[in-house]
Amino acid sequence: MKKQATKSLRAFAIELVIYSVLVTVYFFLVLHLLGEWLYHLEAQHRYLYAVVALLLIAGQAVALDAVTTLLFRLLRGRWR
Amino acid sequence: MFFPISNTHINPIYLVIVGFIIGILGGFFGVGGSFIAGPALRLMGVDWNYAVGTDLAHIVGKSIVAARQHRTLGNVDLKLGLFMAIGTIAGAECGAQLIQVLKRAGNVNSVVSYVAISVYFSISAFMLWESQKTLRSDKRRWHSVAKAAGSKTDRSAFGPVTRAIQRLKISPMITLPTSGIRISLWTILLVAFIGGLFSGFLGGGAGYIRMPSMVYVLGVPTHLAVGTDLFEIVISASYGTISHAIKGNVDILIALVMHTGAVIGAQIGAVATQYFTGPKIRLAFVPLPLIGAAIVIYTLVTGHKL
Repeated sequence: MKKQATKSLRAFAIELVIYSVLVTVYFFLVLHLLGEWLYHLEAQHRYLYAVVALLLIAGQAVALDAVTTLLFRLLRGRWR
Repeated sequence: MFFPISNTHINPIYLVIVGFIIGILGGFFGVGGSFIAGPALRLMGVDWNYAVGTDLAHIVGKSIVAARQHRTLGNVDLKLGLFMAIGTIAGAECGAQLIQVLKRAGNVNSVVSYVAISVYFSISAFMLWESQKTLRSDKRRWHSVAKAAGSKTDRSAFGPVTRAIQRLKISPMITLPTSGIRISLWTILLVAFIGGLFSGFLGGGAGYIRMPSMVYVLGVPTHLAVGTDLFEIVISASYGTISHAIKGNVDILIALVMHTGAVIGAQIGAVATQYFTGPKIRLAFVPLPLIGAAIVIYTLVTGHKL
């Protein structure tokens, strides 16, 4: 039981490290590139901005959910 | 990190940590977590209107992840969630109109504050009484507890009242096989409408009202109420996000950064529900409305809006 918990914690810690690296890259690449465009969109085309904002957050949710699920699956298989 | 839309500088690590905490709470209790996100953004100097709108956008993303996780665990009643969304949106619009009426009357802050404090305390007190009573009676019948620990059906000390509500035959009657109940559509819409009304009136997603109402009024098992509430929040918060973004109240860049932390938190929270029985989840829920009440009392006493 204790061994199982240690394995799960180790897998979670590794997942967290990989996820942090991916998120940092994401911050610098995607958000930095999108920031200026979104700022102008918000100022000039509010309706379009509203739709884009919703699509971005929903898209990110689906993408990150898939990434974390994949990481969990890979690491659990590896440490089993 | 500079966020040009709301014109603020915020450390992204702070946003990720706040998102992570809200994610855990959302995944476990089925709430949006606006009572934490709003003040957390205000602390960093984000204007109140941006804090409210941005929080809604972040709630959409977090609820998608948590609802997907709950769906995998079989905790989402899609049919019920869709009916609830209709009532919630109508209620939220009425709540927002009520705020406008109070604004014109000039006493919006005091009325909203006192209503919020009463509602938060009532929910906490009621859930504390009910969950403890159920847990005590379950202890006496420990055999049934052992049997129910892995199942999604759960007992409630408020059960007789819930069954009386379910027996109200007001056409059309709806069968919800996932939740295992048959109930009038009007009861579902009324519960959702009241939740939406509080959402529009007090702000946030009002999950602290809707989740308990689904358990005690509709008779939905706690695990399913958490998952279905999250699915319903995806729809109603999307509507709120569009509405606030059009009014210029959403900084989507802040929401996207916060959401990266919420993804992990929401998954942990959703998976954790498997290890707790319904009454235990309800008992753990008790402090949440009290946090909301404490924030409102702080605002009333100091005059600072967190």
